[in-house]
Amino acid sequence: MSEFELDSHAPKGPLQDRWKQHKFNSRVVSPANRKKYTVIVVGTGLAGASAAASLGEMGYNVKTFCFQDSPRRAHSIAAQGGINAAKNYQNDGDSVWRLFYDTIKGGDFRARESNVFRLAELSTSIIDQAVAQGVPFAREYSGYLANRSFGGAQVSRTFYARGQTGQQLLLGAYQSMSRQITAGSVTHRSRCEMQDLIMDGDRAIGIVTRDLVTGELESHLADCVVLCTGGYSNAFYLSTNAKGCNASAIWRAHKKGALFANPCFTQIHPTCIPQQGELQSKLTLMSESLRNDGRVWAPKNKADADKRPEEIAEDERDYFLERMYPSFGNLVPRDIASRAVKQVCDEGRGVGAEIDGQKLGVYLDFADAIRNQGLEAIREKYGNLFQMYQRITAEDPYQTPMRIYPAVHYTMGGLWVDYNLMTSIDGLFAGGEANFSDHGSNRLGASALMQGLADGYFILPTTVSDYLARHKPIKADQYQAQASAAIEEAQSRITRLMNAPDASVTADDFHRQLGQILWDACGMAREKHSLLAAIDKIKALRDEFWQKVKITGEAEQLNQTLERAGRVADFFELAELMCLDALDREESCGCHAREEHLTDDGEARRNDMDYSYVAAWQYSGDTSQPVLFREYLHFDFVRPSIRNYQ
Amino acid sequence: MIFKLNIWRQNGPDAEGFFEAHEVDASEDSSFLEMLDALNENLILAGKEPVAFDFDCREGICGSCNLVINGTPHGKHRATTTCQQYMRDYKNDKELWVEPWRATAFPVIKDLIVDRTAFDRIIQSGGYIPVRTGSACEANTLPVEKEVADKAFDAATCIGCGACVAVCPNASATLFVAAKVAHLSTLPQGQLDKERPAKLLKAMEEEGFGSCSNYRECERVCPKEIKVTNITKMNRLLYRAG
Repeated sequence: MSEFELDSHAPKGPLQDRWKQHKFNSRVVSPANRKKYTVIVVGTGLAGASAAASLGEMGYNVKTFCFQDSPRRAHSIAAQGGINAAKNYQNDGDSVWRLFYDTIKGGDFRARESNVFRLAELSTSIIDQAVAQGVPFAREYSGYLANRSFGGAQVSRTFYARGQTGQQLLLGAYQSMSRQITAGSVTHRSRCEMQDLIMDGDRAIGIVTRDLVTGELESHLADCVVLCTGGYSNAFYLSTNAKGCNASAIWRAHKKGALFANPCFTQIHPTCIPQQGELQSKLTLMSESLRNDGRVWAPKNKADADKRPEEIAEDERDYFLERMYPSFGNLVPRDIASRAVKQVCDEGRGVGAEIDGQKLGVYLDFADAIRNQGLEAIREKYGNLFQMYQRITAEDPYQTPMRIYPAVHYTMGGLWVDYNLMTSIDGLFAGGEANFSDHGSNRLGASALMQGLADGYFILPTTVSDYLARHKPIKADQYQAQASAAIEEAQSRITRLMNAPDASVTADDFHRQLGQILWDACGMAREKHSLLAAIDKIKALRDEFWQKVKITGEAEQLNQTLERAGRVADFFELAELMCLDALDREESCGCHAREEHLTDDGEARRNDMDYSYVAAWQYSGDTSQPVLFREYLHFDFVRPSIRNYQ
Repeated sequence: MIFKLNIWRQNGPDAEGFFEAHEVDASEDSSFLEMLDALNENLILAGKEPVAFDFDCREGICGSCNLVINGTPHGKHRATTTCQQYMRDYKNDKELWVEPWRATAFPVIKDLIVDRTAFDRIIQSGGYIPVRTGSACEANTLPVEKEVADKAFDAATCIGCGACVAVCPNASATLFVAAKVAHLSTLPQGQLDKERPAKLLKAMEEEGFGSCSNYRECERVCPKEIKVTNITKMNRLLYRAG
C-alpha cells in the first residue's frame, strides 16, 4: 500500500468563500483564443449537455458524443421527483448551509465538505437557469414556483415538473446544446460510442470511438476530455437504469490510470415495482415523492402474506417505517427505507409474486391520502406515476395499494476527481454520476439532477478553462501515432470478442448471472465470506465469458449484440472491484451495510476512526490486484454524528 | 401464449426489406420488447442475426422505442410507448406484424431501426430559448400564471419518438413542431422569438416531412397525448408574426 496521499486541491479558508476564491484563483482563456481549444464531452445527459452548451457559449470548440440516437434520450430523462435548491421560497428555514448539512449528513459523512458546500451554493443558480430556458416547473396559483419536501429533508426545497423533472431539465440542456450546434461551436455525434482514451504519456488527449451504424473506429484528438457518461447500476443487470447505461467509458479510463473511487457505494432505491418474472429486462422506479403521501406497510403476520391487501384489517398491518422511525416516518433516507423493506421480506412478511421462493414486496398505500386530500389532489400530484404503475402491473393504485421493492438505482461511486472535477489523469475530467463527488455513501433524493447540472453549467466551465489556460492548444497531427495505437487496441478487443473459441452463450445470459452474484453479495447487505465467494465466482464466470460469449453478425455494421458484449465485459471487471471495495470497508455507512458492523437494531455502525476516507483504486495491470489510495476526509465545519432518523 | 410474428428485416438503408416469420411463446406479464429479447436470444444461439430495434429506458419516457405493431405506431394500447405494451394486451391476436416507422425523413438504418436525426435538426433551427448560462435572472422575478405554465408543460411532454410522423399519411412532423412551439412560445420567457414557428416549419419541410392536412391521426397515436390544439396555437403565432 502506498503512503502517497491524494490531493483533492480543495481550497482552504471559510467554507462559504472557497468557491468564490477558487474561481478568482482560476485562470481564464481570452475570448479570442477559446476557439483554438477543442474539448471532447462524452455523454450528453444532464451533465454532458449542460457542460457542452456552456463551454460552447464561451467559444470553445466542443465535440460531443452519445451512444443513443439523440442526446434527448439520455437516462437523465427518467428522473422523476425533482431537484433541490436552497431558495428558501417557503420561508421554512432553509439555507445553503442547511442544504449542505443535509447532503453531507445524508451521505453519512463520506463526502468532501468543500464540494458539497459548493453544490448547495450553486443549487439556486440552476433553478434560475432552467426557468429562463423554459423548464415548466410546477407553480402555485400565485404564479410563483412551487416546492415540495422530498426524502430525507425536513424543509420544502424540491422543485419539480410533475413526475418528469429530469425530462424537462434534460430538454432544457439539450435545447441549449442544440443552439450551440447551430452556432457551430458544438459538433455532435449520435450513435457513436467511446472505446478508449488516447493518451500522450500521462495526459488524456482524445478518444477512440466506434460508429454504431457503420462499425468504423475513429480517433478524435482534443485539448482535454470530459466524461459525463453516467453510473454503473447496470452491473447488477436488473436496475432502474436504461438498458444502454454502461460503465465502459469510465472503466476504460480507469484502466488508463484514472482512480476509481468508492465503487461499492451503490444506492438501492426503496420504491421500485417488484420483479414479476425471470425474463424481466429492467426494473421501474416509482418516484420517492410518493412516500410523501403513501404509507408503507406489510402484514404483521406471515400468514397474511397471501391475502389480498383489502382483506387485511387495519390492526393487522404493520406500518413499519412509521413504527421504527417515528419522527421521519415514511420519509427516511433511501438506504434506511430499503434495508427496512428487506428486513420485513426476509422475515417472510413480503407480498406479491414469488421469485426464487421468496415474496419480495411491501405495500405503499394511498387510501389515507385520497381520503384526506381527495382523489383529484392525488391525481394532480402523481397521475402519471399511477398510470405507469397500472400499465406495468395491471393493478389500479387508486383502488389497491402499490407493491414496491428496492432496486439498484444510482451509483455514488465513480471516477475519483479533485475539486476541479479532474480525474487522476491529467486533462481528463468527469462530471455528473460518472464521478464520485458530493454524495458520500448515500445520495439524497432530488440531488442527482442538482449535481449533474452544477457540474455541467457552472463548475466544469470554470475548471476546464483553468486547465486549458495552462496549456498551449495541441497540434493534432503530432499525435497520429498515439491515435493509431489506440485504434489498434480497440480493434483487437473487438476481434477477440467476436471470436470466442467456444462461442455458445449470449452476453445477456452472462450479464444476468453476473447481476445475480452481485445483488446477492454486494447489494443491500454485505458480509466478508459471501464477498470473497462472489469474487471467486465473478472471476470464474469472467473467464468463461471470454471463452464462450456468442456474437452473431458483423463488427463492421450495426451490431447491438457486440455493443452489449463489450459493456458486459467491462462490468465483469468492475464487479470484482466493487466487491473488493466492499470487503475493504470494514464498517457500515450509508448504502454500505456490512452485516458484521450493524447495531442490534440493524442500524449502520460507522467507524470514523479507521474509515473516514475515500477509497480510490488504481488499476495495476491485474484486475484482481488493484492498489488502494486513501483520501482522508476532514470535517472542519460539521461534526460527523450518528445519523438518527428515529 | 403462442404468437406468430411477422417481423420486418432490412439489412441496411439501400437493401430490400421483407417480412420474416417466427413463432414465439410469451407470458402475459412479459413486455412486448421482452418478447423480442427472448426471440433474439434464440436467434443468436441458432447462429442467426438478431432483429435490430431501438430501445433504452423501457419506462416510456426516453422516446427510443418505435415499432409499428399491427399497423399502429407503438401498438394497440393507447397513450403509451412500445416498451409499455404488454403481451396481455395482445392475447386475442394470434398474428403480429412488426414494422419500422416509415417516412422519407426517417430512413431505415437496419431492420426496425430508423434514423430520426431530422428531429434534432428541427430543434437546432430554433427550438430553444436563447439564454446563455449565467445570464438568467432570479427565477421568481417573473411569475407565470399556473394555467399558462400547465399548458406549456402539456406541450413540453413530447418525447420526440416520431409516432406522429409514422402514422400521418403525409408523414408530417407538424405535431412535433407545434408541441415545441407551444411549449416555448406559451411561456413569457419564450415569447421574444416571434420567428420560431416559421423557422421550425421551414426546417421540417427541408428535412422531407410533409405538411399537415388535418387528418388528426397524430393525436390518436401520440404516447404523451399531445393535442392538435397545439397546431392551432402554432398557426396563430405564425400568422401573427408576419
